[in-house]
Amino acid sequence: MSTAGTATTTQYLTFKLADEIFALDISKVREVLDFTSITRVPRTPEFMRGVINLRGSVVPVADLRLKFGMTRTEKTVNTCVIIVEVTVDNETTILGALADSVQEVLELGAENIEPAPKIGTRLNTEFIRGMGKQNETFIIILDIDKVFSIDELALVQATEKAARTAKAEA
Amino acid sequence: MDEIDNQYCEDESPEKIAEKLRATFKDEAYELCAELENALLALEENPGDPDVVNRIFRALHTIKGSGAVCGFEEIARFAHEVETCYDSIRSGKASATKRVIDLTLTARDQIQALLDEYYYHRPADASKTGLIVSRFRELLPGPSPAGAREQREQAGAPGPGAAIYRIRFRPGPDILAHDMNPLSFLDELRRLGSCTVVAQTEAIPYLENFKPESCHTYWDAILTTDQGRDAIEDVFIFAKDRIELTIEVIDEGGGADSEETAHRRIGDILLERGDLSAEDLQKALHTKKRLGEALVESGAVSPGKVESALAEQEHARELRVQRRATESSSSIRVATDKLDKLVNLVGELVTVQARLTQTAQTNGAPELTSIAEEVERLTGSLRDTTMNIRMLPIGTTFSKFRRVVRDLSAELGKEAELTADGAETELDKTVIERMYDPLVHIIRNCIDHGIEPPARRQAAGKPKKGTIHLSAIHSGASVLIRVDDDGAGMDAGAIRAKAVQKGLIQPNAELSERELWDLIFAPGFSTAETVTGVSGRGVGMDVVKRAMDSLRGAIEITSRKGQGSTITLKLPLTLAIIAGFLTRIGSEHFIFPLSLVEECVELTAASSAKSHGRNLANVRGRIVPYIRLRELFSINGRSPSLEQIVIVSVNGQRVGLVVDVVVGEHQTVLKSLGRFYHGVEGISGATILGDGTVALILDIPQLLRVVEQREDRSAKGADPGF
Repeated sequence: MSTAGTATTTQYLTFKLADEIFALDISKVREVLDFTSITRVPRTPEFMRGVINLRGSVVPVADLRLKFGMTRTEKTVNTCVIIVEVTVDNETTILGALADSVQEVLELGAENIEPAPKIGTRLNTEFIRGMGKQNETFIIILDIDKVFSIDELALVQATEKAARTAKAEA
Repeated sequence: MDEIDNQYCEDESPEKIAEKLRATFKDEAYELCAELENALLALEENPGDPDVVNRIFRALHTIKGSGAVCGFEEIARFAHEVETCYDSIRSGKASATKRVIDLTLTARDQIQALLDEYYYHRPADASKTGLIVSRFRELLPGPSPAGAREQREQAGAPGPGAAIYRIRFRPGPDILAHDMNPLSFLDELRRLGSCTVVAQTEAIPYLENFKPESCHTYWDAILTTDQGRDAIEDVFIFAKDRIELTIEVIDEGGGADSEETAHRRIGDILLERGDLSAEDLQKALHTKKRLGEALVESGAVSPGKVESALAEQEHARELRVQRRATESSSSIRVATDKLDKLVNLVGELVTVQARLTQTAQTNGAPELTSIAEEVERLTGSLRDTTMNIRMLPIGTTFSKFRRVVRDLSAELGKEAELTADGAETELDKTVIERMYDPLVHIIRNCIDHGIEPPARRQAAGKPKKGTIHLSAIHSGASVLIRVDDDGAGMDAGAIRAKAVQKGLIQPNAELSERELWDLIFAPGFSTAETVTGVSGRGVGMDVVKRAMDSLRGAIEITSRKGQGSTITLKLPLTLAIIAGFLTRIGSEHFIFPLSLVEECVELTAASSAKSHGRNLANVRGRIVPYIRLRELFSINGRSPSLEQIVIVSVNGQRVGLVVDVVVGEHQTVLKSLGRFYHGVEGISGATILGDGTVALILDIPQLLRVVEQREDRSAKGADPGF
């Protein structure tokens, strides 16, 4: 758990969505799975791809590409499901996030992390904890709790529902 | 060096020991407080009941004793003071007036507050303790030592043990002429304990000789009571001269021969009573029939006497069972998370067992199949037994409400009493816990809005005291909890007006009765003109609705203006495993709750073409509308030429849902989809099938609502498509 202020290094798992490299605090990552068959849940937002069977538990899987405004994740040999822990309202749930590929575990010191830019990324700046720099490449460090916060979800669902109703009444 | 000497051994410090004791005492302490409250409320109903006073005494005494051992000195001293005051009530020197009971309830609350202070770190007002004690001393004089001794001498019969008495009550033929009704004696007898009365009619003469003013009937009564023989004699005291009365003890409380007594056979009982001679008994025993039948047939004993002997046997048996239950005290406290772990493991086991059965079927080896069947049977029992462990009778919750009703009625100036039945109905522990708040809200509403003030009730010709009736029964796979009140009922007009005012409905909207009542669940909805401390803010029913939704339950309201309202809560028996009906569309699996499924019929491509786009099927002459789930769920692929319509029944409506293939019954271990799928309409959860794939569990009522809304919109000229 590092903030930009403390002088400690934290480990991050980096992964790729299209050409961009993202990172997650390793303490939030439970495991990484190969892409398995996802059971679709009807009438849900597009980026919620469905659920998978993880050793007897039913775990939802989200398509980060779709959430971040990119095109849908296509299954390739490198596609993975990163199982993350998301804490919302003091409750921790697990969730799977689709990634095109998983890279490595990096250690980044606070000195290598800059605060998130207000503009320039297509993402909601709330999702970004900071920008890590490694060898001239920028890594977008995600705050997974914010990405999947309930407000976010509620907003998305409301927007989708409104869109559906609007379409219906048009 | 001093430091080494001062090093204390954790296990030996008295403070540490006391701390551990306090942790173990916690559950018991709160239970004692609950028991104390119940006993006090019971005392209010029956101020003279010595049994209840004893309960109060015992509770206070245990709190005092165990409290002292655990180091709760203040609580122990307090309990001692209250106990001393109750001594005067026990010895009859004082009576339990309403003020005394009120004060004792306050004392109990203070004890609980002191416990809360320790266990939950909620600060309590210690000065209250002193105040309460001085109030007690004002109201009740302390007992004199002489008084206590007197009390003990008076109690003739042996202590609290219950005993069985055989009473033969034979009134003289002229008893009715002396203005005494034998039946009223029997009623009084019944008040002493559990009593079975058998009338003996063989002495009644034939019609030609029958004189209606004469009483020729006599009665055998078997009474189980702990009041003692004196109490029984007292019942008949006024008629002593005109009746024949025999009282025999057949089972002393806790006697060494109680086991034998319980097992005594009819023949022995009848012999003992003198209703049967030894030879007749022998003759009857030699016939192959049941003794009772043989005796009646041979005419050796009248059927009435045999019946009363059977009643005696029954009483003895019941007493034995009761005693055994209290002796062995066969219950054990288990931490809930241990139970939860067990339930989870059983859930996993059920899943794997499903896989085993499936594999055995495909594999086909007969030995494997039989083993799989055996495992299925055992897993089923294990699952049922485990689910049962979590089931508790709802009665404990019901009795907590008595206090709520009492306090609330006093606060609001209403008079209301709580009655209940079905207290032994069992529900999953989690469900009971989650039902507590919603039920409190509903009861609050009943008293605040439903039950009218006493004056208004009288003016309306109703009894001054309103009644709130709670009941619980099992119904299929659910439990129905009903709250009935005989108050003013809900005002449909006022609700409608308020809803329009809040913009919830259009002024000219047409609503069915159900939809009207449903409006009260909207957040912030209330027709109360003023906000009381209790309600009016419109928060209560919202809480109820959300709790019911989270429990996958349903609420139904019926109400008649001026007569009262009934709120019915329907809850699932268990949250973890349901009987499901597995179906498939394309490669996706869906499960219907089996309790809603009525039947399946085939849908051929030909017949669906015949209906010209209207999704209506003709099932045995009746029309059943159907929904194509493939369409609703946007499942890719083409439908097969032969599909299945699964006909479900929801709220009396029959609707069909079209799937590709019906697989069959499936024991479904429910897995929640998690918070991220919280708002999904039509899906209530998921489960893992034998081969590891995930099947979605349908929430049929929700699905139907979605389709209704969609069709409403499309009827109004829009094309929903999605």
